[in-house]
Amino acid sequence: MSLLKRAIKTWLLTELFVGLMLTGKYLFKKKITVEYPEERTPLSPRFRGLHALRRYENGEERCIACKLCEVVCPALAIIIESEERADKTRRTTRYDIDLTKCIFCGLCQEACPVDAIVETQIFEYASETRAELYYTKEMLLDVGDRYESQIAANIAADARYR
Amino acid sequence: MLELGFFYLFAGLAVVSALGVVLSRNTIHAVMFLIFCFFNAAGLFFLLDAEFIGIILILIYVGAVMVLFMFVVMMLEVNFAKLREGMLQYLPLGGIIALVLFIEIIAAAGSGVFSPEGIPDPGHAAQQVNNTVEIGKMLYTKYLLGFEIAALILLVALVGAIVLTLRTRKDAKYQNISRQVNVRPEDRMYKVKM
Amino acid sequence: MTWLDTGITAGIWALEILAIAVPVALGVAYTTYAERRVIGWIQVRKGCNRVGWAGLLQPIADGLKLVMKETIIPTTANKALFVAAPLLALIPALIAYAVVPFGETTLFGVWETAHVMAIADLNVGVLYVMAISSLSVYGFLMAGWASNSKYTFLGAMRATSQMVSYEIAMGFAIVCVLMMSGSMNLNAIIHAQAGGFWHWYLIPLFPMFMVYFISGCAEVGRTPFDLIETEELVSGYFTEYSGMWFATFSLAEYGAMILISLMTSILFLGGWYAPLPVLDFIPGTVWLLGKTTFLIFVFIWFRATFPRYRYDQLMRLGWKVFLPLTLIWLAVIGLAIFTPGVSDIINYWRPGVGL
Repeated sequence: MSLLKRAIKTWLLTELFVGLMLTGKYLFKKKITVEYPEERTPLSPRFRGLHALRRYENGEERCIACKLCEVVCPALAIIIESEERADKTRRTTRYDIDLTKCIFCGLCQEACPVDAIVETQIFEYASETRAELYYTKEMLLDVGDRYESQIAANIAADARYR
Repeated sequence: MLELGFFYLFAGLAVVSALGVVLSRNTIHAVMFLIFCFFNAAGLFFLLDAEFIGIILILIYVGAVMVLFMFVVMMLEVNFAKLREGMLQYLPLGGIIALVLFIEIIAAAGSGVFSPEGIPDPGHAAQQVNNTVEIGKMLYTKYLLGFEIAALILLVALVGAIVLTLRTRKDAKYQNISRQVNVRPEDRMYKVKM
Repeated sequence: MTWLDTGITAGIWALEILAIAVPVALGVAYTTYAERRVIGWIQVRKGCNRVGWAGLLQPIADGLKLVMKETIIPTTANKALFVAAPLLALIPALIAYAVVPFGETTLFGVWETAHVMAIADLNVGVLYVMAISSLSVYGFLMAGWASNSKYTFLGAMRATSQMVSYEIAMGFAIVCVLMMSGSMNLNAIIHAQAGGFWHWYLIPLFPMFMVYFISGCAEVGRTPFDLIETEELVSGYFTEYSGMWFATFSLAEYGAMILISLMTSILFLGGWYAPLPVLDFIPGTVWLLGKTTFLIFVFIWFRATFPRYRYDQLMRLGWKVFLPLTLIWLAVIGLAIFTPGVSDIINYWRPGVGL
């Protein structure tokens, strides 16, 4: 009897129709596509995007050229050169990040003792040449200046979990 | 008018492609020429209102036989240098056969059997006749015995080819596809009460 | 005068061919679009909707892109056959449309009798479609051989064996239809199914309908039988192809898919007849194209639903399931026609066919 049942099930392609009905049902489900340039998904405060160098409120740059980030960077994407300034503080003369090397692991941000290098939520920085993806100190500082409020808010939002 | 033009087109292309079959060095090209030749022959059948024969020529020869032909030709590695080795040795015999065939064809063509008077002009009579039906009637009445014998011979050849090539090694492990396909979820999964 | 007549005849032929070829080409292009949208919807996505209104210009953008791309011909390839192979695949898929009747028309009452809307109303139409569509095999075989690569060669072998195997089952399914209709003329086959869906061959020949449609899937290499062109098997016979020549193979595949849908509608779903005689006021062409569109949708639906067959399973299905099934059904139909009592039932679907 069960053999007969099974034969009927096989020859009437029952299971195939069950499968078709299932996908057919999904045909009419509400679509979950996010149409990107117009619609966006929310980003986590921990999102690791384009890098930025931050400043203190008085305009002094935070980075003290300790080179912890350069050391920790697994992709060797950061190059730092430093010198002693007239006011006896150590500051960077060069702070380059090669974004074509960077793997966006966020270790530089973790390593930084003064929260100078951070990764922002910016991810739309595509360029037409590789050279444009080589970010110098001025460019990184500029990014930091423009998005300071957002960066500060993200750090504050994440501070509880640190 | 148009029909005559098409006749010369098909006939000419058939002759050219037949020459291509013989003359081309590459066996694959030769097979392609042969396929093209069949096509033109089918075209000639269409011009004679023998659409069934024409289509069957394409369906059986081009669609099936030549595909298998091509399989075989592709699998073979033809060594042309070796093929040409005995060229001079076989030339006299081949030449004589070719000559005899040529004379025979000339004689047959000139015998009057194939002259226009010898062939009753169909005169597109077939337009009113469904020649598939007519062929079927002839095949299943007058030539029934021959037809059945031919079918039987083909069946024997089919079975023979399978018997000759079918070797099941005892030590080889074959997959049983029917069993694989017939597996149901119930055979592999069961619910455990926790 | 005869030259003028010849010229006019040739001109009318050219117009007829254009009237079929252009919609077919457009249909092929928009089938790719429909496929992407429908699969998108089934996967709870929206699908392509960027180029033009609702993405309707997407096929044109794709075509432009493919034309602009470089066609790479491998140095060790047989150049002539490498270039000819895509055309050998595409042309049979297109010229098979020559006998497909798209409907009957009196040209808004200009003609007294209804004319069949087909380029050629061939007596052996069914055989013609079978014969011509089986020729695409050479395109695939040549593509695989001419590329001079092991992968393409094995892919071509795989594709050819698959197509040749399933052609047999398809052929026997068609023979069942021919036994019912008593004619190989597509027009006559449709006429035999006139008068409502209970007259369609779908009902007495339901298993054959399934065999024909599923074999059709295998014949044109659609999912779940698309292992003639899968990535996991190194793209089968067109590994070495790129640009427009690659796209030509896709065009051939979609062309063949539309043809199979058309043929299934004609052979089993009553062609241009409405399912209910009440609905006859809608033109027949609309019905035929509607049925075809539905079947194309089913093809796409299959693709979104079923996983791929393994090659040995595919061969088993063709030779050990479909072929015996069609042969048995052939005998069943034959016996039914000649058994007194049963023949009355079966003759219900065979109007005007004498023994």
